[in-house]
Amino acid sequence: MSEINNQEEQHGERKVTRREMSRRQFLSYTLGGSGAFMFAGMIVPMLRFAVDPVLQPKKASDWVKVADASQITSEPKAFSFKVHQVDGWYESDPELTAWIAKDDNGNIFALSPICKHLGCTINWNTEHNNQYVCPCHGAHYTKEGKNLVVAPAPLDQYDVKVENGFVYLGQLHPNTIVKS
Amino acid sequence: MFKSMYNWIDERLDITPMWRDVADHEVPEHVNPAHHFSAFVYCFGGLTFFITVIQILSGMFLTMYYVPDIINAYASVDYLQHKVAFGVIVRGMHHWGASLVIVMMLLHTLRVFFTGSYKAPREMNWVVGMLIFFVMLGLGFTGYLLPWDNKAYFATKVGIQIAASVPFLGDYIKTFLQGGDVVGATTLTRFFALHVFFLPAVLLALLAGHFFMIRKQGISGPL
Repeated sequence: MSEINNQEEQHGERKVTRREMSRRQFLSYTLGGSGAFMFAGMIVPMLRFAVDPVLQPKKASDWVKVADASQITSEPKAFSFKVHQVDGWYESDPELTAWIAKDDNGNIFALSPICKHLGCTINWNTEHNNQYVCPCHGAHYTKEGKNLVVAPAPLDQYDVKVENGFVYLGQLHPNTIVKS
Repeated sequence: MFKSMYNWIDERLDITPMWRDVADHEVPEHVNPAHHFSAFVYCFGGLTFFITVIQILSGMFLTMYYVPDIINAYASVDYLQHKVAFGVIVRGMHHWGASLVIVMMLLHTLRVFFTGSYKAPREMNWVVGMLIFFVMLGLGFTGYLLPWDNKAYFATKVGIQIAASVPFLGDYIKTFLQGGDVVGATTLTRFFALHVFFLPAVLLALLAGHFFMIRKQGISGPL
């Protein structure tokens, strides 16, 4: 570099420096480029095919009629309900459970029975202390789903609406009644 | 960046001689289409391998959705073909590639035959090539059943009938291939296992031998 600068100074004119590409370099770029292009043409459809489930939009769940509103008391009770599930080429109606109760103001709320620790199924009041208890690792939750021990977050909550005396459950979402 | 990564590994493991050994070899003038255009006939072997690579890759991806079960096989193929993005293309590659690989292999065999390349000292490579041919036909036969549609079912029935016509052993071969008394659930799982595990393993071993021998013995001389 310094040599070139010296030359420029000596001759007083700007020397055009051309970085010539060697024949070998040109050929390897051309071959490598077209090879990569063809390989991409082959592999990209396969990768798109593989990641398709990731790119599918999440579908909001429909309202499901679960119980008669008169059945709901301030003591949580488990209610089973069926949701329609499309799993690839397999469609089924798996049965889910929700713990439904009234809060102190008489508002109905519904909690998911899936423990937020590692996903076991919780139960109400098995230790007679008016708490939800997980049999796997001993997580405890209050009636509102607030996590007391072990679990890192409160129980998930279903959207609830009451129509014509029936309780409907909708989308499952993080608990909004309590702060963890 | 790649260069420095490569150098870092190369300093420790001395990998340059390894890939040099694989990649650096002279292509004689009589097999180079740039010198004699008619030398393109020497490309059929490489093209067969290229399509084989596509078959292996597309097949691996297809098994992400396919299930070898008589109730769900057709449904899963229908799902991956029509519901999954690029399903038509990936399954299309495997479908058309399966036919194309047989065509290319036949052309490669014809080239080897008419240039007399199978003669001494390359007889063993011809035999390995023939074994590859039969493994490929086996892959085609077992793969044909997997979509579990009417065409697949009856083609397999016919194919097994042909195998059953072998003297003395026919009935045993038939039961072995069917995995039972009828073409059904056990046939499908059996053909799936053969198609994705056993035959590809044999194929890769034979290909390794095929390539080792061609490298060891070099390409046969000009006509």
